Amino acid sequence: MSTAVSPDQRSTTRKTGRQARSPSTERSRAENRLGLKLVAPAVVLMLLVTAYPMLQALYLSLFRYRLTNPDDRQFIGFDNYVTALSDQLFWQDLWNTVVIMVVTVAVELVIGFAFAMVMHRVIFARGVIRTSILIPYGIITVVSAFAWQFAFSLNNGFVNGWFSWLPWIAADTNWFGDHWHAMFAIMVSEIWKTTPFMALLLLAGLSQVSEDMIEAAKVDGATWWQRLWKVILPNMRAAIMVAVLFRALDAFRIFDNIFVMTKGAQETESSSFLTYRQVIEQFQLGMGSALSVLLFLSVLVLAYGIVKLFRVDLSQARGEG
Amino acid sequence: MVLLSSALAACGGDSGTELIWYTNPDTGGQAKLAEKCSTDDYTITTQVLPQDASQQRIQLVRRLAAGDTEIDLMSLDPPFTAEFAEAGYLADIPDGLEQKLTDQSFEGAVDAATWEDQMVVAPFWSNTQVLWYRKSFVEKTDLDVSQPVTWEQVIRAADENGGKVAVQANKYEGYAVWINALFEGAGGRLVEDVEQGADATVTVDSPAGEDAARVVEQLASSKAAPADLSVSNEGTAVATFGSDAGAFMVNWTFVWTAYGDDPVSKDIGFTRYPRTVEGEESAPPYGGIGLGVNAATESRSEAMSAVECITSPENQAFYANDSGNMPASAAGYDDPKLRETYGQDLLDLFQQSVEAAAPRTVSPYWSDISLSLQSTWHPPSSVDGQTPGQSADFMSQALQAERLL
Repeated sequence: MSTAVSPDQRSTTRKTGRQARSPSTERSRAENRLGLKLVAPAVVLMLLVTAYPMLQALYLSLFRYRLTNPDDRQFIGFDNYVTALSDQLFWQDLWNTVVIMVVTVAVELVIGFAFAMVMHRVIFARGVIRTSILIPYGIITVVSAFAWQFAFSLNNGFVNGWFSWLPWIAADTNWFGDHWHAMFAIMVSEIWKTTPFMALLLLAGLSQVSEDMIEAAKVDGATWWQRLWKVILPNMRAAIMVAVLFRALDAFRIFDNIFVMTKGAQETESSSFLTYRQVIEQFQLGMGSALSVLLFLSVLVLAYGIVKLFRVDLSQARGEG
Repeated sequence: MVLLSSALAACGGDSGTELIWYTNPDTGGQAKLAEKCSTDDYTITTQVLPQDASQQRIQLVRRLAAGDTEIDLMSLDPPFTAEFAEAGYLADIPDGLEQKLTDQSFEGAVDAATWEDQMVVAPFWSNTQVLWYRKSFVEKTDLDVSQPVTWEQVIRAADENGGKVAVQANKYEGYAVWINALFEGAGGRLVEDVEQGADATVTVDSPAGEDAARVVEQLASSKAAPADLSVSNEGTAVATFGSDAGAFMVNWTFVWTAYGDDPVSKDIGFTRYPRTVEGEESAPPYGGIGLGVNAATESRSEAMSAVECITSPENQAFYANDSGNMPASAAGYDDPKLRETYGQDLLDLFQQSVEAAAPRTVSPYWSDISLSLQSTWHPPSSVDGQTPGQSADFMSQALQAERLL
C-alpha cells in the first residue's frame, strides 16, 4: 500500500522508479519470461471461462434465435442492435440504471464516509460498533429486498404508519404504485445494503492518511473542515476511486432489488433486468445476447470514465506506486 | 463414482421404472396421487416446480430444450401448452386416451389442451373465476345479484356505497387474464389466425378492445379502485375483499375456503363473472393444469398409463377435495364430499363457469401477447380509449421481434 505522501512527492518517486527500471538487463528479461509462464495457466483458464462465453454471445447476437423455435434461427446481422438501440424501452431502462447508480453511489459515499470516520475514530466498544455497521452488508440482497418490500408494503408495511406525519407520505401511499415512489424504495434498499461496503473501503483509505500530516495541519492552524478537504480527502483519492468504481459498476448491474420489489413494473426496469428478461424469460437468445454485449460495453465505458475522472493510476491503488 | 452408481441402481430397485412428475406447488395432493397411481410396473415420484407460473415455464423449457430425459410427466399451466407443443416438447397422446379425455372433459378444458387439432396435454383440473361479493354490502345497494350483472353496475354499486372492487391488475400474467376475459366477454379476441405463429392477426384494436378498456378505465378512475390496484394480485385481492371496505372481487375458486374461520367467510356471496357489455354472456377466465408427457421420455407408455390414472374423474375429485382445485370433468363434480364442502349452488356455478370459460389465446406466442398487454395496459390508471390502438401496434411489432418486450 502507498504510504501517505503528497501528490507532488508521489510523482517524483514514480519518475525515479521508472528511471531505475528502464535499462533492461538479462536478469529482468528472464524474470519477465518466468512471470509470463507463471500467469499463463491462469490466463488460459480466464479465456476459457470468460472469453469463450463472451465471443459466443457476440456470435449469437447476430441471429434471430428463440430457444423454443430453434428451426427458425436466422442470421440477421446487426438488426438486433438496431432494434435495441432504436427502442424507447432500452433508453428508458438505461436511464433508470444511471439514475439508480448516480443517486445510490453519491448517497453511499457521503454516509459511508461518515461511517468510516466513526469506525476510525471510535474509542469505546470499537468491535461492536464496527460489526454493527457492517451487518447489512452481510445480509443477502434478496433478503434485504424482501425486508424493504414488506416495510414499504401498503398492506402490512410500517413506513406509511411511522412516517405519515411527513407531508408527502399518506396512510395509503402505494410505494410500488408509481415510478418515483418505487424507484425510491429500490434505492433505499440498495443504499441500506451496500453503504457498509463503501464504508469499509473508505476506512481502509482513511487509515492510510498519516496522523502526522493531520497533526501538522492542526499546528498550522487549519480548521477541521480545512483538514478534511485539504489533507484527508486528497490523500484518500485512490481509496475513494476504488470505492466509487466498485460501487458504480455494482450499482450499474442492479438486478435483485428490482426483481424482488417490482419485477420491473412502473418502469423501474434496469438494463440488466431487461437483458435477463430477453434471455431467460423470453428465450430470445439473439436479442438477449445483443443486449448483454451492449451492457458489457456500457460497463467498460463507465469504468474507463471513472478512472479518467479521478486521474488515478490503478497500479497506485494496488499499492505499487 | 462406482459407489454412487451402485447406490443409484439400488434405489431403482425392484419397483421397476421410475416416472418423475414435475408438479406445480400445491398442498401435497399431487404427491398423494403419484403414490395412488404407482403400480407394480412403475413408481411415480414428484418434483415440485417454483411457485410463480412464469418461473415454472422457464425451468421446464430450459430442461426440455436440453433434451432432459429425467422429466416424464409435467403439470402445465394452459398458456404454455401451445408453445411447448409447437417446440416439440410434448409426446403425442394415443388416440384411445385422447378420445376418452375428450369425452370426459369440459369443452373449455379440451380447447385449452388442444394445439393444431391435436390434444397435447390431458386436462387434469380446471379453474375459473366467479364474482364474489360481501352479502352485507350488497344489501346496502340496489344491485340485483340474482340476475347477471355487468362490470359497469358492479363498479357503480361499489363506488356509490364506499366499497372496493378487488381485481388482479399488477404487471403480471393475472392482469392479462383479466383483460382477456373482458375481451372475450365483449365477443372479441386478442389475436386471430394463431396458427400463423408470429404472423397472426392482432385484433386488439376493435370494438371489444374499446369495451374492455372502458371497464378498466372506469374502475381505475372510480373510488371503487383499491389503493393497491396497480400492484394487486390474487392474494392482495383476498386481503382487500376481507377488509372493511371489501365489496366485490373476481377471483379463482380457492377463495371459498381461503378465509377459514374468519367472520368474513359467513358473509361471502357468489355469482357469475360480470359481463363486459350488457346483453352479452360473460366469458370467465379459464385456468387449471394439464398433464403433459415429455417427448424425450424413455418410458412413454408407462407415462401415458400414469396420465390416464391421474386424470380419471375419481382422482380429479380426490384432488379437488385435497387441494380446492376443481375437476376438469363433469363426472369429477359428482362427488359427495365435494358437494358437502362447497354446496351444490357453488359447484353448479363453478361448473357452469368452466363450461362458458374462454381460455387465453392458444398460441405458441402467448407469452409475447401477454407481455405486450402488460406493457401497454399497465398501470390501469393509464388505460383510456387510445390504449387498444397503441396495444395493437405494440403487439404486432413484438410478435415480429421488431421491438423489445
